[in-house]
Amino acid sequence: MDIIIKFLVAAVGAGTPLLFGTVGEILTEKTGHLNLGVEGMMSIGACIGFMVGYYTDNFFLALLFAAIAGACSALIYAVLTVTFMANQNVTGLTLTIFGIGFANFIGIFVLNKSPEGTLKLPERITAAMRGIHIPGLSDIPVIGELLFSYSPFVYIGIIIAVICAYYLNRTKEGLNLKAIGENPGAADAAGIKITKVKYINIILGGAICGIGGVYCSMIINGGVWISDNVGGLGWIAVALVIFANWQPSYAILGSFVFGALRVLKYYIPQSVFPFPIAFYDMLPFLMTALVLVISSMRKSGRINLPAALGLNYFREER
Amino acid sequence: MKKLVSLLTVSAMVISLCACGGTKTEEPAETTETAVEETAQEADASTEATEETGAAAGVMPAIAKEDIKVGVIHITDPAEGSGYTYTHDLGIQGMQKNLGLNDSQIVRKNNVSDSDATAIENAMRECVEEGCNIIFATSWGFMDTCEALAEEFPDVIFSHGTGYKSNGTNFNNYFGRIYQARYLAGIAAGLKTESNKLGYVAAMGQENSEVTGGINAFAMGAYSVNPDCEVYVKVTNSWFDPEGETQAAQALVDLGCDVIAQHCDTPNPQTVAEQNGVWGVGYNSDMSKDAPGAVLTSVMWDWSVYYTQAVQSVIDGSWTGENYFGGMADGLVDIAPLSDLCAEGTQEAVDAARKQITEEGFNVFDGVIETNDGSTVGAEGSTLSDADITGSMNWYFKNVVVK
Repeated sequence: MDIIIKFLVAAVGAGTPLLFGTVGEILTEKTGHLNLGVEGMMSIGACIGFMVGYYTDNFFLALLFAAIAGACSALIYAVLTVTFMANQNVTGLTLTIFGIGFANFIGIFVLNKSPEGTLKLPERITAAMRGIHIPGLSDIPVIGELLFSYSPFVYIGIIIAVICAYYLNRTKEGLNLKAIGENPGAADAAGIKITKVKYINIILGGAICGIGGVYCSMIINGGVWISDNVGGLGWIAVALVIFANWQPSYAILGSFVFGALRVLKYYIPQSVFPFPIAFYDMLPFLMTALVLVISSMRKSGRINLPAALGLNYFREER
Repeated sequence: MKKLVSLLTVSAMVISLCACGGTKTEEPAETTETAVEETAQEADASTEATEETGAAAGVMPAIAKEDIKVGVIHITDPAEGSGYTYTHDLGIQGMQKNLGLNDSQIVRKNNVSDSDATAIENAMRECVEEGCNIIFATSWGFMDTCEALAEEFPDVIFSHGTGYKSNGTNFNNYFGRIYQARYLAGIAAGLKTESNKLGYVAAMGQENSEVTGGINAFAMGAYSVNPDCEVYVKVTNSWFDPEGETQAAQALVDLGCDVIAQHCDTPNPQTVAEQNGVWGVGYNSDMSKDAPGAVLTSVMWDWSVYYTQAVQSVIDGSWTGENYFGGMADGLVDIAPLSDLCAEGTQEAVDAARKQITEEGFNVFDGVIETNDGSTVGAEGSTLSDADITGSMNWYFKNVVVK
C-alpha cells in the first residue's frame, strides 16, 4: 500500500514537466502552428530560470524569467512562421537544436567560472520548491501525501491547464483562437485579427513551456546544473498533445498517466512482472498509438486536431 | 538576337560554374591522396630506421616530446559537471602537466556523438590533419572507427577507451579495474547503512558485464563488513537519462534504501539521496561537491595514470600496442577521501581492504562466489579471468536484489 502511494507521488512528479510542455503546445497548435521546438523552448527556460535562481536566490524571479525566456524563444518561432511564413516543421526543429545548444553554452560558460566546479542552487530555494507542507492538510494520512505534498510546480501546472481549458472553451478570445486553427480564411473574414491572436498564443505557449523547463533543471536534477537537462521530455510533450486530443483538461490526466508509465519500471516488482526494461520504455508510446486508434474508431467522438495545423496562412492566397 | 546573346552568356556562365565547381572538388582529394602517400612513405622510412637501430622495444617510432601532438575525442563537453567526460579530461590535463606539454600540443574534439559515424570519422581525420601522433577516443562507440582509421593511418596511434579490440601496433584499448574501487565503496556503504538496504542506480541491466561487475564488487564489499545488508538495483536502461536516474534513485529511497550508489552519468542519484536525508556513493568524480550532505565517498577514475604512461611510451618509442587494464595498484582507480558522514571505523576497514587489493593480490572475484539465483561461479584457489570480468559477468552476487 505504502509503495503504491509512493508510486503515485512519483508519477505526478514525472508528469509535471510534460503537463507544462503539453499545455503550451496545445495553445500553440490551436493557432494552426505546429511548433516542434518544445524541447528547445523548455531548454532555454530551464537555463535562464536556473541561472536567475542561481544568481538571485529567488524562486519567483526564476519562474518569471523562465517564462519570459520561453516566451522570447517562441517569439522567434512566431516571427519566422507567422510573419515570414517559414516552414513550420523546419523552424520548430531548428528552435529545438538552437535551444539545447544555447542552454548548454550558457551553462558551460557559467560553470567554467564557478569556483566549486559545480552549479548548485542554494538549499533554501530547492527545499521550497521540492514540496509544500500545509499544516493540518498535509498531515492527513494517505490523502495528505497524495494531494498536499507536491512541489508548487504541480499546482501551478494544474491551475494553468484549468485556466487554458476555460480560455479555449468558454471565452470569446479562445473561440476566436480555435476558429483560426480550423479555418484562418473564415476567421479573417469574420474580422478576427489573425496575426495578433497567433502571436499572443504562440508566445503564451512558449512561456508555459519555459516554466516546464525550469522544473527540469530545478526539481528533476535536484538544483544541480547538468547539460541536456530537459532530456527529450519536450518531444514526449508533443506526442502527449495528440494523446490529450488537443484539450488542456485531458492534458492533466494524460501527463500524469504518461508520468506513471515512465516511473512504472522503477516501482513494479520485477519478480512478479519479469518484462525487459525496454518494454516499459515503450509503454507511453504504445499508449499513444492505442489512443489514436481508439479515438479514430469512435464514431461519436471527434479528433480535435485543428484543421489548418501546419499550414501557414497567407491572406493573398485566400 | 538579344535573347540569343543572353542565352549564350548564361550558358557560358553555367559551364564555367560547373568547371570551377569540378576542379574545386577535385583539388582537395588530390592533396589528401598525396598527403596519405607521403605519410605512408614517412612511416615506412621511420620503421626502417627503428629496425636498423633496433634500440626501442616498441612497435612505433619514438617521437620527440616537443613534436608530439595528442588528440582527444570526447563524447560530450568536458566542462560539464562531474561525469564521464569531465574525468577523462582531468586525466588529459594531468598527463599534460606530468609531461610538461603545452596547450597547442593537445587537440580536443568535444561533443562527438558516439552514434554518428560520420562525425566520429571527421573528428578523427581533423585530428590527423592537425598532426596528432596519438588520438585518445574516450567512449565505447568510437571503437570501430578507430580500428578502420588505424589501418588507413599506420603512423598515428589510436587508443580507445573502454573497449576490447587491438591490432597490436597502432590501435589498442584501455580500461580499468573499477570494481576494485567499488569494493571499497561497498565497505563504506555497508558500514553506514541502518536499514541494511543499499540502493544502486545502474545504467544497464544484467547483460552488461561492466555495470554488473561493479554492482557485484560493491555488494561483496558491503557483504564483507555487513553480511545482513542487501543491494537493491534499479536499471535506467540508458547511459544518460537525468530524469530516469532521479526517478530510479527516488524509487530506491521509497523501498527503504539509505545509501544510494550509482553507475550512471549524472550526480542526480546523490542529490536525490541528499534531499531525502539518506546517503550516497558517487561515481566518476568526487560528487561531494554536488551533494555535500549525502556523499560518503565516490568511486573515481584517475585517467591521467594511463594517459601519462601512454604518451610517455610514445615519446620513448616503447609503445607496444597492447590493451591496457589498470587497477588500484597502478593508481588508475580509487575512492575519493571519505567524508565526515562515514560511520566510525570505515577508514580502517577501507585501508585494510585497499592493502589486500594493492599488496596482497586480492582481486575481489576470488574463489567460489555464490550468485543470487543459488548457483556458484569460480573455483577455490583461483580468480576470475579478465575476460570473464569484462565479458561474461552476467550474474549478481547473492545479496543483490532486483525488485
